[in-house]
Amino acid sequence: MAAPFELTDDSVVVIIGTGAGGGVLANELAQKGISVVALEAGGRYLPEDYINDEWESFGQLAWLDARSTSGDWRVADDFSGLPAWIVKAVGGTTTHWAGASLRFQDHEWKAKTNYGDVQGANLLDWPIDPREMDDYYTKAENKLGVTRTGDRTGLPGNNNFKVFEAGAKALGYSEVHTGRMAINSTENDDRMACQQTGFCFQGCKWGAKWSAAYTDIPRGEATGNLEVRDRAHVLKIEHDDSGKVTGVLYADADGNQHLQKARIICVAGNSIESPRLLLNSASSMFPDGLANSSGQVGRNYMRHMTGSVYAVFDKPVKMWRGTTMAGIIQDEARHDPSRGFVGGYELETLALGLPFMAAFLDPGGWGREFTSALDGYENMAGLWIVGEDMPQETNRITLNHDLKDQYGLPAPNVHFDDHPNDVAMRNHAYKQGMAVYEAVGATRVFPTPPYPSTHNLGTNRMSEKARDGVVNKHGQTHDIANLFISDGSQFTTGAAENPTLTIVALAIRQADHIAAQMVNGTL
Amino acid sequence: MPQKKSTLTRRELLLRSVAAGGAFVVGAGYVADSDAAWAMEVEHLQPKTMATLIQMARDIYPHDHLADEFYAAAVKAYDSEDAKDAIEAGIAALNAAATGKGFGSYIDTQWERDRVDILRGMENSPFFQTVRGGLVTGLYNQKAVWPLFGYEGESFSKGGYIDRGFDDINWI
Ligand SMILES: Cc1cc2nc3c(=O)[nH]c(=O)nc-3n(C[C@H](O)[C@H](O)[C@H](O)COP(=O)(O)OP(=O)(O)OC[C@H]3O[C@@H](n4cnc5c(N)ncnc54)[C@H](O)[C@@H]3O)c2cc1C
Ligand code: SF4
Repeated sequence: MAAPFELTDDSVVVIIGTGAGGGVLANELAQKGISVVALEAGGRYLPEDYINDEWESFGQLAWLDARSTSGDWRVADDFSGLPAWIVKAVGGTTTHWAGASLRFQDHEWKAKTNYGDVQGANLLDWPIDPREMDDYYTKAENKLGVTRTGDRTGLPGNNNFKVFEAGAKALGYSEVHTGRMAINSTENDDRMACQQTGFCFQGCKWGAKWSAAYTDIPRGEATGNLEVRDRAHVLKIEHDDSGKVTGVLYADADGNQHLQKARIICVAGNSIESPRLLLNSASSMFPDGLANSSGQVGRNYMRHMTGSVYAVFDKPVKMWRGTTMAGIIQDEARHDPSRGFVGGYELETLALGLPFMAAFLDPGGWGREFTSALDGYENMAGLWIVGEDMPQETNRITLNHDLKDQYGLPAPNVHFDDHPNDVAMRNHAYKQGMAVYEAVGATRVFPTPPYPSTHNLGTNRMSEKARDGVVNKHGQTHDIANLFISDGSQFTTGAAENPTLTIVALAIRQADHIAAQMVNGTL
Repeated sequence: MPQKKSTLTRRELLLRSVAAGGAFVVGAGYVADSDAAWAMEVEHLQPKTMATLIQMARDIYPHDHLADEFYAAAVKAYDSEDAKDAIEAGIAALNAAATGKGFGSYIDTQWERDRVDILRGMENSPFFQTVRGGLVTGLYNQKAVWPLFGYEGESFSKGGYIDRGFDDINWI
């Protein structure tokens, strides 16, 4: 039923990547009657294909192409070839994600104004008024079926949440609940309710959690306006003498290369691949890469200030049972510089299975200090910290000419140094997270270092002025009118909240903009 | 999991083997538990090297409630043509470090704290890091060890935990 389009058809919108940004944009445009070809490097996996086994699933879904790392973050030591934990599949990282769906707080759209000059930070206000986003957030929440929004009820709390909630209350926190989750608490949108299976990170086998893979993408295809080509890895974006982009070169599953023509190109390959593709598309006309007159392509890489706290108790918790991210404390999300840092953070429950716990609790750790912690696995509770990190120009994606991917193209290097504000916030969050568990009798607590990045943001950032960023308020590149960025790399700043709801809201908004411009003939 | 050696009875095994030190006995082409609860054939490594590697694995990730066979399974893949030279060299270095501290060999070093001390001295070597890194999945990703930590693995086939205790905590 999916419409096949000719390679030579230059009337189509080509979208690169089908995750939170690209997958939603593809469906939104298709619903408006616009012809779309979506090219996705990964394969197609549906709930029946997902594997509820951590490492096997990782092998099935993770993006494992060559990458390198540098900088003072611990990931560069512990997982030097794996800066990010993201997905290569139709639906992108929405197969892996936990489903936490939070709106930005108003002040976070204007970080520069509200936080002032933070030394070493390349802060900027989003060129968007928070009120412009209200309706788009509502649309996004309805699309994703977010609990505790609209008339949707919250999910029930699992064991991990109950420990977390009791600790939070003992500490005097008041904004603690089972979260706003893109997970059905009751049957909704033709998908069933959560069965508390506990492998949300491995793909929800019940389809209770929203993923573009089995919602937006098939719905877009059903219109006849969307063709998704899986195992189609885009290598380069081409342009003409006037500087407009004209098509993309991609490799199919067999490594054969094709050129797909396009009227408009939207890049949504997540915040490492999107800037890399622009940089790898350098030409004599654009020697620094496409859309890079500002020099900001690849810069201001953000990954959220993260970390985890695990705690062992004298009695069983069995945290792996039920939703992976089962609740939230929001009291620390406010901006309150008296804590010694700008911006805020959320605390969200998190559970890992034994295999991932062994890999992530204290990477590189060994001996009895390490193993006695795992001996307490059944009695463990856990939370994840997610807070606003500072954009820094030097945190960036560059091309590593000494390391090539399977197509012979320079691999991305991901450089990241913590900003002092990130460190101060993390220390505060560790202290609070540990206090949560100590308040309910933890016998041992573990301030666990950040995992490879799951939230990758900011490397093609949005700015009012062309000299400060890569795209305008609609995600349209300042330099090339028919080239858009449609994923998390547009983020001007990261805010404290998990990013996907905002990525989805921006994609819905961008679809309106693209459609309007196509109708009025500007594009 | 290492194969139970079917051609040898426990009694024969114990008669034909020599103590390798630690909790192991070795014979021609095999390593066994000192009570012969299990045995593992080795083709490429010297049996004593394999016994030492198993001890090293336990000393890196000591869990007293895990039997040796899980550690043996975790390092079994090093018994290969490709890996054998690096492993023999690494274990030789480990034994040399033990001798340097006045012990007969690594596996003859009786106290765990002394063995750990030897390991700390070579913690940054590629050999140690390879063995440690491999154990993270080699040991903890064995489905047979999961229940010994209480971990239940997948639950989809049983309908999740919605009716099976996702919120059954009773002490909070
Ligand atoms: C374990 C985990 C848990 C998470 N939990 C949450 C959560 O609870 N809440 C939340 O808000 N966020 C969460 N996230 C983050 C969320 O998944 C991402 O922010 C979001 O999916 C990013 O959307 P995106 O469109 O930028 O990229 P993605 O969703 O990663 O999509 C990018 C797609 O582009 C494809 N691609 C890349 N390069 C090319 C190319 N050259 N050619 C063709 N295709 C290409 C990729 O294969 C991929 O499918 C989580 C992430 C992980 C890993
Ligand atoms: S816990 Fe719920 S949302 Fe998560 S994978 Fe299971 S059914 Fe899906």
